[in-house]
Amino acid sequence: MAVVTQSAMTAEPSVASPKMTARDLNLFYSDNQALYDVNLDIVERQVTALIGPSGCGKSTFLRCMNRMNDTIDGVTITGKVTLDDRDIYDKHIDVVQLRARIGMVFQKPNPFPKSIYDNVAYGPRIHGLVNSRDELDEIVMTSLERAGLLKEVKDRLQSPATGLSGGQQQRLCIARAVAVSPEVILMDEPCSALDPIATAKVEELIDELRSNYTIVIVTHSMQQAARVSQRTAFFHLGKLVEVGETDQIFTNPKDERTKGYITGRFG
Amino acid sequence: MTDMASLMEDRAAAKVISDKMQKPVDWDNPKIARNIKKRYAAERRFKMYGLSAIGIALLVLCVLAGSIGSKGYTAFFQTFVQLEIHFDPAVIDPDGTGDPAVIGRANFDGLVKRALQEKFPDVTARRDKRNLYGIVSGGASYDLRERVLENPSLIGQTRKVWLISGDDFDMLNKGYIDADVDESNRRLNDQEIGWYNTLVSEGVVEKHFHSRFFTSGDSREPELAGIWGAAVGSFYTLLVTLTLSFPIGVLAAIYLEEFAPKNRFTAIVEVNINNLAAVPSIVFGLLGLEVYLNVMHLPRSAPVVGGLTLALMTLPTIIIASRAAIKAVPPSIRQAALGLGASPVQTVTHHVLPLAMPGILTGTIIGMAQALGETAPLLMIGMVAFIVDVPGGALDPATVLPVQIYLWADSPERAFVEKTSAAIMVLLAFLVLMNGFAVYLRKKFERKW
Repeated sequence: MAVVTQSAMTAEPSVASPKMTARDLNLFYSDNQALYDVNLDIVERQVTALIGPSGCGKSTFLRCMNRMNDTIDGVTITGKVTLDDRDIYDKHIDVVQLRARIGMVFQKPNPFPKSIYDNVAYGPRIHGLVNSRDELDEIVMTSLERAGLLKEVKDRLQSPATGLSGGQQQRLCIARAVAVSPEVILMDEPCSALDPIATAKVEELIDELRSNYTIVIVTHSMQQAARVSQRTAFFHLGKLVEVGETDQIFTNPKDERTKGYITGRFG
Repeated sequence: MTDMASLMEDRAAAKVISDKMQKPVDWDNPKIARNIKKRYAAERRFKMYGLSAIGIALLVLCVLAGSIGSKGYTAFFQTFVQLEIHFDPAVIDPDGTGDPAVIGRANFDGLVKRALQEKFPDVTARRDKRNLYGIVSGGASYDLRERVLENPSLIGQTRKVWLISGDDFDMLNKGYIDADVDESNRRLNDQEIGWYNTLVSEGVVEKHFHSRFFTSGDSREPELAGIWGAAVGSFYTLLVTLTLSFPIGVLAAIYLEEFAPKNRFTAIVEVNINNLAAVPSIVFGLLGLEVYLNVMHLPRSAPVVGGLTLALMTLPTIIIASRAAIKAVPPSIRQAALGLGASPVQTVTHHVLPLAMPGILTGTIIGMAQALGETAPLLMIGMVAFIVDVPGGALDPATVLPVQIYLWADSPERAFVEKTSAAIMVLLAFLVLMNGFAVYLRKKFERKW
């Protein structure tokens, strides 16, 4: 495949006071470069969707935003990622605290093999966010409520989380992330393992969460991106091709590749 | 958009291939039918191989267990002879002090001998007398002393007492000595067999459950030898092994699996741990001899040294099993914890370790079972000594079950043959217990995710 030599980067309309930014971000897995000079702003209290064909680097980019790539051997990162104008790769940044501020929901629901209650309570416990059992109870209830799960599980909080259905497990994972009061929630294809009904519920939930949290979601479903996001970024071969208002990307993309992808001509 | 163009080309190529596959397959073709038949035949053959392998294994196991069981079960019973003992005050406590120290020093052996002489008064020759005294074990006098110390009112009375018999009489009673063999070729002469027959006809020879076998230490006399000393020695040895190898092994496994960078150094460490698991145990024994005894001057024959040596041997097993168990914990659990802001150590202690515990414990118990059955390295560090006392701690001289088996198997007395088999049964019972415990732990802590 020929390499795109021209700088196809669409000049991004700069956003006033973004929650998070990426500047000239390059990422290498050993010798393979996975991200090329990515510049992206994440707007506060909006849903930003990252779309693109498999292997285009959108999940990799997402994992840069809470430094989950640190856990992989042989990853090198250059450039800058900021949260509230502070570089999160600065050596004075505490990764543990950072990941509490930037929560993450994964592709496959991954509840701990513990009770529903303990799953949600785990984050507040390890970060020492609560002083009493009552406070913890309240956080757990609020989080489950926010994740739209409370009605379904309130009678069996002590039963194992692994006994829930896939969709419920994924909402539990969202509740678990919400319980530590993050500012940003990163979601890596949160609906790819769910059926359409569960997907609809999670999408609804994402829409509601937007009023309190900044959300970045990776998705393979164009419809999902169109439904839940306000801004969309299109990645291709490790490059950010185009970013803009979701409406604009889907109705009037500026780049030929974006157009090709969203109309289903490749990918 | 050159990459767009190449994408389109790829699609066109895929279309050509799928067109080629449109031709329907002829499933009735004899070549295909033959192939199916062959596949079924192969399957049946494979099943048969498997079944016969299991059959052979079961047969061998049955033969082994049967031979040990049939030879060894008699060791759990012991022949006793009932004699009329006169607890003569003149012998036991001539001054009537009632002092346990005086009673303890009394010649109870003489009482037994006197009772035997009274039973067979016509035996007068010195050699015959010695044979006569062999009917009853030398240990019988200790039993009498215990009895009198417990109950001093016996002094002066005459009581019928079951006394433990000597090993040759025990063997004769259990049918291991054939009276039809020529006198010169057997352990007991005709006169002794005559005494035995007299005693049997009087109904004073019986086999009782041999509790002493489970409560006493080793002895030169087979009828007095027990397994308890070796069992306690094994216990202390394994205790030392476990307290050392479990924490070290698990911590090493956690570090290597979760924290160590993947570089040349850790690769070398990994290869060497796997190599260590294959090192013959006697080499560890020699290492223990050199380091613990010659350099560190730890006590010889002590469970602490045996435990240290066996810990070296068990470590690779525990590390390998623990690493496998840790590796089996799905990475999604680690990501979930890290994504919530748990530190790497919290991730390990809160999530990975509890999930890996069943596997770690199983590996540890298998390692311990290996250590329990190990003989060679312990021979090197002097745990092969003849030790009568039951050890009271990890620093006392002791021996262990497999070494006890080795010692008894090496003893010339016929009665030690059944003791050997019985000791093997005890050792196997411990192994089965430990493995059963491992299965129990695995089932108890097993959690699905």
